[in-house]
Amino acid sequence: MTPFDYARARSEQDAVARVKDAGTKYLGAGTNLVDLMREGVEVPSRLVDVTRLSSRIEPTDGGGLLIGAAASNTAVAEDAAVRARYPALARAILSGASAQIRNMATVGGNILQRTRCTYFLDVEGARCNKRQPGQGCDALEGFNRGHGVLGVSPACIATHPSDMCVALAAFDAVVHIAGANGRRHVPLVDLHRLPGDTPHLETVLELGELITAVELPSQTITARSTYRKVRDRASYAFALVSVAAALEVAEGRIADVRIALGGVAPKPWRAREAEATLIGAVPGQSAFVAAAELALAGARTRPGNAFKPELARRTIVAVLSDLAGAGQ
Amino acid sequence: MTMRTKDHHMPFVSSPFVTRRDVLVGSAATAAGLFLAEPGLATSLPNAPARSGLGTAYPRRDGPLKVRGAARFAAEHRFPGMVYGALVFSTIARGTIRRIETEAARAASGVVLVMTHENMPRLAPPEPFYASPTGMAGSAIPVMQDASVHWNGQPVAVILASTQEEADHAARLVRVDYEVAEAVTRFDDAAVGAPVAFYAGRDLQYRDGDAEAALAEAEASVDLEFSTPQQNHNQIELHAVTVAWQGGVLRMHDCTQGVDLSAITIAKVFGLDPSQVHLTAEFVGGGFGGKTLWQYHILAAAAARLAGRPVRMTLTREGVYRICGGRAPTRQRVALGARLDGRLTALIHTGTTMKIAQNSMTEPFMEAAEHMYRTDTMHLEIRAGVRDMLANTFMRAPGAAVGTFPLEVALDALAERLAIDPIELRIRNEPEVDPTTGKAFSQRALVGALREGAHRFGWQPRSGERLGRREGEWLVGTGMAAAYYPYKRFPGGAARITLGQDGRAVVELAVHDMGMGTGTATAAVAADRLGLPYEDIEIRYGDNRLPGNMIAAGSQQMAAIGAALTAARDALVAELAALVPAGAALHGRPAEALTTRDGALVLASDPATRMPLADLLARAERREVSAEAAAPPPSEAKEWSMHSTGAVFAEVRVNAVTGELRVSRITGVYDCGRILNSTLAASQFRSGIVMALGMALMENTLFDERSGRIANPSLAAYYIPAHLDAPEIDVAWTGIPDPEAPSGARGIGEISMTGVAASVANAVYDATGKRIHDLPITLDKLL
Repeated sequence: MTPFDYARARSEQDAVARVKDAGTKYLGAGTNLVDLMREGVEVPSRLVDVTRLSSRIEPTDGGGLLIGAAASNTAVAEDAAVRARYPALARAILSGASAQIRNMATVGGNILQRTRCTYFLDVEGARCNKRQPGQGCDALEGFNRGHGVLGVSPACIATHPSDMCVALAAFDAVVHIAGANGRRHVPLVDLHRLPGDTPHLETVLELGELITAVELPSQTITARSTYRKVRDRASYAFALVSVAAALEVAEGRIADVRIALGGVAPKPWRAREAEATLIGAVPGQSAFVAAAELALAGARTRPGNAFKPELARRTIVAVLSDLAGAGQ
Repeated sequence: MTMRTKDHHMPFVSSPFVTRRDVLVGSAATAAGLFLAEPGLATSLPNAPARSGLGTAYPRRDGPLKVRGAARFAAEHRFPGMVYGALVFSTIARGTIRRIETEAARAASGVVLVMTHENMPRLAPPEPFYASPTGMAGSAIPVMQDASVHWNGQPVAVILASTQEEADHAARLVRVDYEVAEAVTRFDDAAVGAPVAFYAGRDLQYRDGDAEAALAEAEASVDLEFSTPQQNHNQIELHAVTVAWQGGVLRMHDCTQGVDLSAITIAKVFGLDPSQVHLTAEFVGGGFGGKTLWQYHILAAAAARLAGRPVRMTLTREGVYRICGGRAPTRQRVALGARLDGRLTALIHTGTTMKIAQNSMTEPFMEAAEHMYRTDTMHLEIRAGVRDMLANTFMRAPGAAVGTFPLEVALDALAERLAIDPIELRIRNEPEVDPTTGKAFSQRALVGALREGAHRFGWQPRSGERLGRREGEWLVGTGMAAAYYPYKRFPGGAARITLGQDGRAVVELAVHDMGMGTGTATAAVAADRLGLPYEDIEIRYGDNRLPGNMIAAGSQQMAAIGAALTAARDALVAELAALVPAGAALHGRPAEALTTRDGALVLASDPATRMPLADLLARAERREVSAEAAAPPPSEAKEWSMHSTGAVFAEVRVNAVTGELRVSRITGVYDCGRILNSTLAASQFRSGIVMALGMALMENTLFDERSGRIANPSLAAYYIPAHLDAPEIDVAWTGIPDPEAPSGARGIGEISMTGVAASVANAVYDATGKRIHDLPITLDKLL
């Protein structure tokens, strides 16, 4: 690991003020960043530890929840309000990593964790446009079983690996950001950028901007939500495909629906066209299949991940069917 | 002697009336009559005369040390002035180092030494396995002796620094400029014209009759192609060594499966006499065939000499993947021809695997087919292509782990075609004598294991139809397969026994405990041989200066120990006989007529004629008596067909929506001769089954054929089973002593790695109707 300076931020303002250049990184629990530093993927000259900043989970004036960015994944998953009103979020978190890692990992760090593409991680031996712009991508013609099929580009097909963010995307979560120029709010689904020809630019955060909290708006539909993760072993594996969904049926018609996908895209993927086609439809196999088709309509596959669109479609249909069945 | 596993009584007994040929072949009825006609019958059979100690479930002797963290492994020893090593790995598969920039690394904080081929001491190449009787290295590639690169991941520089962190940092500062040469990295390219492999002293080829013609004429047949991927070792203990040059002696704390062979091999590399290497490995955190002599040992010792400092070198997990080999990939064909009654008329098992030019290890995947089933004709053949890659090596049940997969899946497919129950099909092809050597079996109870397994598992006999059922989203199926692993005993077994006046004995031998409980099992065998209480036996092992050059490999270590202890006991008895004073009843008796029992030297034919050992030593005014002896050459495996077999049953659940495969239940029944310690044995069997589930479901080294580089050198990207993937596992054994094996035990370390993948694949077929021929069985193959 390359030597670096370390400082612990006393406040949000203090944290932001400590960022002088792009060599400074915020440090959450380090469950991803420190690994990447060991691998030489990340080489920050300075770390600003933000784990002592807000980890509170508290109600908002609008009836939603505000989760401090330093809250541990475990704390969020175990929070009574989260479990009762946003069950898909608790399920998503608990399906990820291991208990030890969840106890450490923070909400802010989870959102900003980086892809697990093996070529991205191999600094010495592989080409990666995300790590080194313009270098080329070894995943395109290499091992790409875990890679994305939606929102990918010829420059990068890496996925965002988070489970938690898929549920946050489904729930219209808003990211609270502090920076040198003040505070701003960005919907989670707009925080991450698609790779295009600049896969090294992963979010809309400006230099020194810090995620301070995630806000979950108050919506009744979120209580009828679930998360299903499909993976290569029964635990401690990243999603090949995951689905966070919520469904509200009134008078035999779909009144509201949320569908977000994980494991298939460079960002937590909200399937808005699929949602739109379901509104007003009679809940059932044919509507769900049509929605699933729409959700994966833009899929672009490689030989290694050609199974993903079908797997995603099947999982979407199964999750929606479960939700529809549970609601009846 | 009734064996007990976790929750179950083992109904088999070790009976003196069980014959060598304990299951009569060709007659299922006879076998059924002999075994398990009624569950209650077994316990009413007369038990074998209990020899003290053997079979007792003694707890692990080193358990408390390990639980307290007091057991020191290779990377936990330290020397004064010790520095830490880190490696730089090549990023090309073949070529030459044009220039290597080390200035920044040399200038980095804490760096003591940067070693490359330019300043590496000139050393002899290491001797790999089979190059000589003592070869212990993974390959014969010279270690950093010139600018040439032989595989992607080869060490090209060594950093020594005051701390591990400083060494790791400096390693990242080394820049290497390569002249890239054309490399053979693709399986397809290397397979073209690949020759028949020569392995362990023979060509991997066998022909009996015209198998292709018999296949073409068979009343029923299957002809299937399979593949198994490359796999890497993932011992919980990372490979490590702590070394110091002490005077003229190279002192090494190592994690090895062969203390003596490792010491001899590294001595030859450095031009030393083996007595100038003192190598210990008291505790080894998992071996599985991968804890042998790799380049890092030689690099650490050379760097320590160059720097004049002791060195600890612990590989990163990536380092293990880059420089310590694993299981080679295979592509296999199994074709079976049979008469309508199920009797095999043709058995063809051929295929191709990969190796490197500088090793002699070819995955011998045809071994099970050689010894498992009778057939009219047979053709077995393994071709080995040569690639520019890290040396492949031994990995738990080499050959049989990947060879039983296609063989046992093909039998399942044939059983379906013939509408014969798969167990019945195997019983109908149970051979009278070894199918390829014609030798008699020393002991074999495969049929008994199959029937016992079926009983325990609740096997539903079938005749060509699938019995899978659906539970909600889940398709549930059952499958079975046979397991196989050969008996081995390598030459070199020896032991020293020192008997004290206090009646306690110290047993010393150069063997290894990689977690399986060798010390515990050895103490029981020694107590049995000496007629002393188990508690009075102390075992010393894991040190090349102790007698013998045994190796913990091939499931043969306990056989080697058993033979060595018998020889050492006999030598000790001879020493004791010479001490018998005039006037004593035993005086003048030839040593061959004497033995030790119940703390006394006794007349074997009349144990009442005895002299307590304490008295004997006191009368002779000896504080202790010591004797060392070597085991006789392993002739038993030349005279007999000696193999362990077993039966594996799996229940799987395949998700109809996602294709996710979960194994919900496994039963394994093993015929391995006598079981020396039921607790340790159950653990060995279960661990092999879990490891084999990894092979069946997920293990897969992503060898990027474009670069020859392993793309997933990490436990984050190379999946092994997690707790949730390990189901309820029921294990049992026949426990029938092998009359030709020392202690009656044939070895148990590897067999449970075999048959499991096939049983899972067969269960998947039962559940889904899909025959999966390519491991691992991932969900995309089941969508």
